[in-house]
Amino acid sequence: MSTKTGFLHSSVGKKIVMGITGLFLISFLIVHVGLNSAIFCNDGGVTFNAGADFMAHNPVIRVMEIVLFGGLIAHIIMSLMLTMENRKARPVGYAMVNGAANSKWYSRSMGILGSLLLIFLVVHLGNFWVPTKMAVMNHEEHNTFEGMKAVFSQWYFVLVYLVGVGGLLFHLLHGFQSAFQSLGLNHKKYTPLIKKIGIWFSIIVCALFAAMPITMHLGLIK
Amino acid sequence: MSHGNMNLTLKVWKQKNKNEKGRFETYDAKGISPDMSFLEMFDVVNEQLISSGKEPIAFDHDCREGICGMCSMYINGRPHGPKQGVTTCQLHMRSFKDGDTIVVEPWRSAAFPVIKDLAVDRSSFDRIIAAGGFVSVNTGNAKDANNILINKDDADTAFNAAACIGCGACVAACKNASAMLFVSAKVSQLALLPQGQIEKKARVMNMVKQMDEEGFGNCTNTGACEAECPKSISLENIARMNREYLGANML
Repeated sequence: MSTKTGFLHSSVGKKIVMGITGLFLISFLIVHVGLNSAIFCNDGGVTFNAGADFMAHNPVIRVMEIVLFGGLIAHIIMSLMLTMENRKARPVGYAMVNGAANSKWYSRSMGILGSLLLIFLVVHLGNFWVPTKMAVMNHEEHNTFEGMKAVFSQWYFVLVYLVGVGGLLFHLLHGFQSAFQSLGLNHKKYTPLIKKIGIWFSIIVCALFAAMPITMHLGLIK
Repeated sequence: MSHGNMNLTLKVWKQKNKNEKGRFETYDAKGISPDMSFLEMFDVVNEQLISSGKEPIAFDHDCREGICGMCSMYINGRPHGPKQGVTTCQLHMRSFKDGDTIVVEPWRSAAFPVIKDLAVDRSSFDRIIAAGGFVSVNTGNAKDANNILINKDDADTAFNAAACIGCGACVAACKNASAMLFVSAKVSQLALLPQGQIEKKARVMNMVKQMDEEGFGNCTNTGACEAECPKSISLENIARMNREYLGANML
């Protein structure tokens, strides 16, 4: 048996894959939130649409899109495998558990938060990714900014997006620093810094994402 | 905090053996002194049970001074009860109030089968140690301790990792019943010292393999193990083991 297969079968190996894919998905979030923040230019979506157009046609981005889906699928498959093993590791549960005494609730709820994010992602891709893809395939002009305005004019979509972003916030609050720990990057000097960056990163990214449906729904972005 | 003697209600897990299904049984613990340890309280209850012809509650204990790691009891939802940095034998009844109901369960993990009531079989830990938690030394005279110079920081970190008593509270506390804190402490204490460097690759590979084979869960980095560890073993050890494992696989 090659060591590579052994690595992916081991608990530590699987966690390392979770960490690497997690950090990769975080790097995507930076691009995503950065580009979408162009709506705050409030120039009728000119800057934003230029960015969206670039993303939809640039060959490097096209390749990265496939890598991104690959990373997402790997993250999900690994988490399912890990969860199934974890279930088996405690066949008889405790009658009384005081989890709050020793850990944060969201660190114990990554699976639930992740599932919530996956459901949100299906809605989100249906709202934006699918229409953009259709337009590119049919060689049509597509105004993503107008699409955004249409989606966020409906209050229930605003609500769905806020719940999704809320799930992302807590998933990131644990996931950001946890990824470094899984990769073995723990250091007396740098770990407190990583934790602080993780908290601020999660808050800033999620606040920006949350501001998009809210400002658009309230008609502040024209 | 109570000063006078207390009357308590205990809900204790009773299980005949590994294969039989267990259940909770309720016991009255009367006239318990706040100065007793949690195990002494069990001694009193067992004395009463024995003298009235009933079966006593089986529980593990040995040194009763917090160094053997035998007293595995999950008390009111936490390993070793409500205090931090102590084992069950170091937990005193003054941590409870008169009239309290205390729920006591065994460690719950597929890798720690229940022997009887609160006593579990932790020999899976022994098999992990046997897989690599050692340094191979040729026979002969012991060398002078100062022949090999060791950085004080490394020696201290290794010593802190070696403080692990293998009690299994990390597994009991973990939502995934993961043994990462235990295994990483044993990997770290040797990997940090020159004597342990030589076999470090095989050690981490074999110990992680054995850990997985025993049926322990995976680490989610919740930090519950570190918070509940009676010897305050640091999460840094888990990161070190992950690093060692990654290095052993890649290089």
